Amino acid sequence: MQNVNWIALIVFALLFGFITWLGFAAAHWRRGDLDLLNEWGLGGRRFGTLITWFLVGGDLYTAYTFIAVPALAFGAGAVAFFAVPYTILIYPILLVVFPRLWSVCHKHGYITAADFVIGRFGNRWLALAIAVTGIVATMPYIALQLVGLQVVIGGLGLGGQGWLGEISLVIAFIILAAFTYSSGLRAPAAIAIVKDILIYITALAACIVIPIEVGGFGKIFAAIPAQKLLLAVPHGQSTGAYSSYATLALGSALALFLYPHSMTGILSASSRGAVRRNAALLPAYSFMLGLLTLLGLMAFALGIDKLPEFVDGFKAFKSNFAVPALLLHTFPSWFVGVAFAAIGIGALVPAAIMSIAAANLFTRNIYREFFHRGASEKQESQMAKWMSLIVKFGALIFILLLPSQYAIQLQLLGGIWIIQTLPAVLIGAYTRWLNPWAQLAGWLVGIVTGTWMAAAMNFNGTFPLQLAGWTFPGYSALYSLALNLIVAVVLTPLFNRASKPSEDQTAPADYEKA
Amino acid sequence: MDNKKRKPGSNWWYLLLLVQFVGTLWVPFYNSAGPAWAGIPFFYWYQMLMVFVGAGITAIVYFATE
Repeated sequence: MQNVNWIALIVFALLFGFITWLGFAAAHWRRGDLDLLNEWGLGGRRFGTLITWFLVGGDLYTAYTFIAVPALAFGAGAVAFFAVPYTILIYPILLVVFPRLWSVCHKHGYITAADFVIGRFGNRWLALAIAVTGIVATMPYIALQLVGLQVVIGGLGLGGQGWLGEISLVIAFIILAAFTYSSGLRAPAAIAIVKDILIYITALAACIVIPIEVGGFGKIFAAIPAQKLLLAVPHGQSTGAYSSYATLALGSALALFLYPHSMTGILSASSRGAVRRNAALLPAYSFMLGLLTLLGLMAFALGIDKLPEFVDGFKAFKSNFAVPALLLHTFPSWFVGVAFAAIGIGALVPAAIMSIAAANLFTRNIYREFFHRGASEKQESQMAKWMSLIVKFGALIFILLLPSQYAIQLQLLGGIWIIQTLPAVLIGAYTRWLNPWAQLAGWLVGIVTGTWMAAAMNFNGTFPLQLAGWTFPGYSALYSLALNLIVAVVLTPLFNRASKPSEDQTAPADYEKA
Repeated sequence: MDNKKRKPGSNWWYLLLLVQFVGTLWVPFYNSAGPAWAGIPFFYWYQMLMVFVGAGITAIVYFATE
């Protein structure tokens, strides 16, 4: 194993110390009563355009993204670039749909997507399905953040999977759990500012320094074999890599804002305008993600996995080690410390928001709805704080005891599951034409077929759909969502006849600009 | 969308957003090495350019519907 890189480790530890202090100090920022769930779990809905930009950016573009997308580019080439169209397409959706959801949630004090669904459709079982889907899809996502953290800890020379690496991981997680418990959403909001600035510096520095070192982008791309440089052109009766690329981008974009942590980030904005403005401002992060994806190609062009000092790292982390190795190879130790801290802190910010979002869902839509109807606001917020700890330590134990491959497969399934909530949440923002029981049936069909498609393909996200003699390889989430919608539409008239109409607490004006 | 209170026609602006869907989802259009720019194949620089185009369109629609 490589030696401990002391200078990088010290810089890394100092930055971690700083954000720990910041996380606790954040409790006093825009002060509110943290015994209220609205304050602990949504930061009192007080974040303006700029803080929302940092918070949502730090929330959506996670450490795992920064490690795994370049790793995919390193291993498989062009297909990894689907992350760029994916993150382009999330913003028109954000601009059109989410101001409506923000307005209605603000008006009625909804804290979660399931809160909205129960208000809109008056069906607690549909809301329960939305809440459980959100929690189950979020848990492996938190676990994956730990994978990101493990890789940089390994890169520092602490042996990512030995006892020293595990202790470092546990310490980082105790810090995370403690400041999330005490400060709620204010902690990741404050830390996201530091993390995002560091990650921008790292991405820009890497994309300027490395091409200069290698002798220009032309040399980098020239070193990449043709079959990796572009997508394979489909032949025969198949849409091949084209349809898988496009459906992965579209399906991922549709799923992203349905995740509880995205919803939490958006609902914490102080105004409808802050949400709308961020639709135009957040693409800056997509550009950075594109740059980081190019790092994977640069690592490949440099043949970084062949260098003797990185052989052990690649053995332990496979292609996930591409970005850390490239940074170690290119930069002086102190900057490696900064860059690794950016990725490491980049794991803590989303992990904190995800655990808060899962805790909000559990508290509001399971604990209060099914177990303790008369829960006081204080009991509610206390339950959420405990739940945020349970969710996080569950993820930690998962990563320490099981191979990270399971977390990756579960996260893939999580995307397929969460997209099944689209009819209730996104379509629900416009119409309640779909009967809630029909939606529940569609949800079940979508979850079962989506899971089956993924399992049948050995946990590869794309499924070769056969239709009229043609093969359309595409993202299972999108195909199963189509089935979900068909079931919901077909069953709606039937259920409308069989069940009595439910009450809608929201009025059309609640969705519009106040 | 039924924004009856706003001035008629203003919601047509939202159709502009389709540009980025078509521009990114029609993969055969950009899956090629040429024309390269500063040594970067078309596949890569086009999609990076679309980030800016997308942000620009979103900004235009934001101001037009404000």
